[in-house]
Amino acid sequence: MTMPGRPAAGEPLLRVHNLRTYFHLGGALARAVDGVSFDIRAGETVGMVGESGCGKSVTALSLLRLVDPPGRIESGSRIEFEGRDLLSLDEEGIRQLRGNRIAMVFQEPMTALNPVFTIGDQVAEVARVHSDTSRKAAWERAVEMLNLVGIPDPRERAKSYPHQLSGGMRQRVLIAMALVMNPSLLIADEPTTALDVTIQAQILELLADLQQRLGLAVLLITHDLGVVAEVTSRVLVMYGGQIVERAPVRELFRNPRHPYTRGLLEAMPRLGRQRERLVVIPGTVPPPTRWPSGCRFRDRCAWQWHRCVDEPPPDYPVSDDHEARCHLVDEPSRINVVTAVDQHS
Amino acid sequence: MPNATPGSLVAFADAAPAPLAPWAPGRLLALLRSDPAVSIAGLALLLIAVAALLAPWIAPFDPALTLDVSAGAQPPSATHWLGTDQLSRDLLSRLLYGARISLGISLLAVTVAVIVGTAWGAVAGYAGGWVDTLMMHVVNAGLAIPRILLLLGIVALWGGLSMSSLVLLLGLTSWFGVSRFVRAEVRATRNRDFATAARATGGSPFRVLVRHVLPHALTPMLVAATLGVGQVIVIEAGLSFLGFGVAPPDVSWGTLIRDGRDVLGTAWWMSAFPGLALATTVLAVNVLHDRLRSALGGQQLHDP
Repeated sequence: MTMPGRPAAGEPLLRVHNLRTYFHLGGALARAVDGVSFDIRAGETVGMVGESGCGKSVTALSLLRLVDPPGRIESGSRIEFEGRDLLSLDEEGIRQLRGNRIAMVFQEPMTALNPVFTIGDQVAEVARVHSDTSRKAAWERAVEMLNLVGIPDPRERAKSYPHQLSGGMRQRVLIAMALVMNPSLLIADEPTTALDVTIQAQILELLADLQQRLGLAVLLITHDLGVVAEVTSRVLVMYGGQIVERAPVRELFRNPRHPYTRGLLEAMPRLGRQRERLVVIPGTVPPPTRWPSGCRFRDRCAWQWHRCVDEPPPDYPVSDDHEARCHLVDEPSRINVVTAVDQHS
Repeated sequence: MPNATPGSLVAFADAAPAPLAPWAPGRLLALLRSDPAVSIAGLALLLIAVAALLAPWIAPFDPALTLDVSAGAQPPSATHWLGTDQLSRDLLSRLLYGARISLGISLLAVTVAVIVGTAWGAVAGYAGGWVDTLMMHVVNAGLAIPRILLLLGIVALWGGLSMSSLVLLLGLTSWFGVSRFVRAEVRATRNRDFATAARATGGSPFRVLVRHVLPHALTPMLVAATLGVGQVIVIEAGLSFLGFGVAPPDVSWGTLIRDGRDVLGTAWWMSAFPGLALATTVLAVNVLHDRLRSALGGQQLHDP
């Protein structure tokens, strides 16, 4: 929806199949990402939402193979990017992709820049890592990128240190760093979370604009459905290390089928709606070392019944491009039963 | 995993000076202004260092020149401010030349120690896992053996040492503490967001370590270096005193103290002035070390 003139491309740019990233913690096994599959097509913006602890960030790091021990991408996982199998590349191979074909923007603009170098240096460094550029040419490229991301007076500003810039400006610098090499995929992990609302809007606008101009595919990770609604075309909802619902963004907002998605939608604060209190999803995400049997969301779900304990729900198709991992899709009549009880309490 | 140690040394050398720029000089200057102990210690060291550097021009006599052997050791006088030794050599001149050797040896040895210790600690801290465990076991073993004992053992096996092998020997037995400081800082820095971000833009482990992580270890390196200078001066003096360090005709403060040992009762000045110079220098260095440690970062680094 944010990509008018662009044809719905054919082959996916990124294909993730049964990605499992486990952390081997002494006796315990934390299944942070546990069987995640999704595709991203060239030039598309996909949103990935969920609370903290759902495995979003570990998924993002796994795509670049940046998970440190004791974390490990388990065998059987597949990540294909531009037709290449990322998990069979050697260290050098994956390094050449990082920041070059796949780039990442981190959550905290305050800490993701090195305090002891100028921003121009840091943007230029990416160019120097990936190409045989002279110091001067890399610096010129850095200035050009800073200009592209809307930093006023880029030639002067390039000489600033991170602490001399505001959060929004720093986030722009991080985006500039990510885009230096013209990547085809940008992973943005909560790029606006640390920013205030007006700056948030500017950064999202910038991302959408760059995405159109550069034909970039974006995986936008966030816990904020408002952000998703604004810039993405498809949404993946993550819970308990798995994708529990996936749908085009409008479909998801109109017809959410997983109780977790409903909870997230209801928890969104909205202007103009009188409410005494914000709605919250009861409970918290269980630790990844102890996912419940059956449905991982069941302990927090108002509709749970014995089937949710006995049987992990598969991905039930709702429509062509809409799937939800909830037994309610299979037995829709259950919704009324439990909702009645819920309203009494 | 970062590999070759020698490689890190080279790259470290050209990466090191710049990163302090945005913050350190200001803090260091403020520190000097606010604390009289630092100013006094700094001034004392500066005087001693300048005197050592200018020894050939300011020394009143040739340090090896025997003026009047029959006169024996003369107490301090107008001609010989600090007196003379039994061979009637001017003690002030010998003290000035000894300063060159004592300070020179310790600075060079500490440089060796900082380079080796930084490389070792950086590799261990960045690699983590069993590499780290193994490398730190080596360090702990090194720290467990009393250094003077270790040195005496080596010197006894090797016999007479040239000045450069003395420097190397002192340096190569003094880096354990530095490596621990650097390792701790590297471990703390390597998982900070900007280091991860640098990896995410395709930086090699070597590049991330040298360019993004090590500059943040400059503080512990500086602190460890000041501590090391004081320690090495004392150790060198100890070795020389025992007759295993600097060999004649070169003199260091340690050999001067030894020269006066047998005549302490009759010619106290022979050992007292070199001892005073030694104590002053070490005290000043340790004051600087202490204040630097609390001013830069404020974290409590434990002396090894």
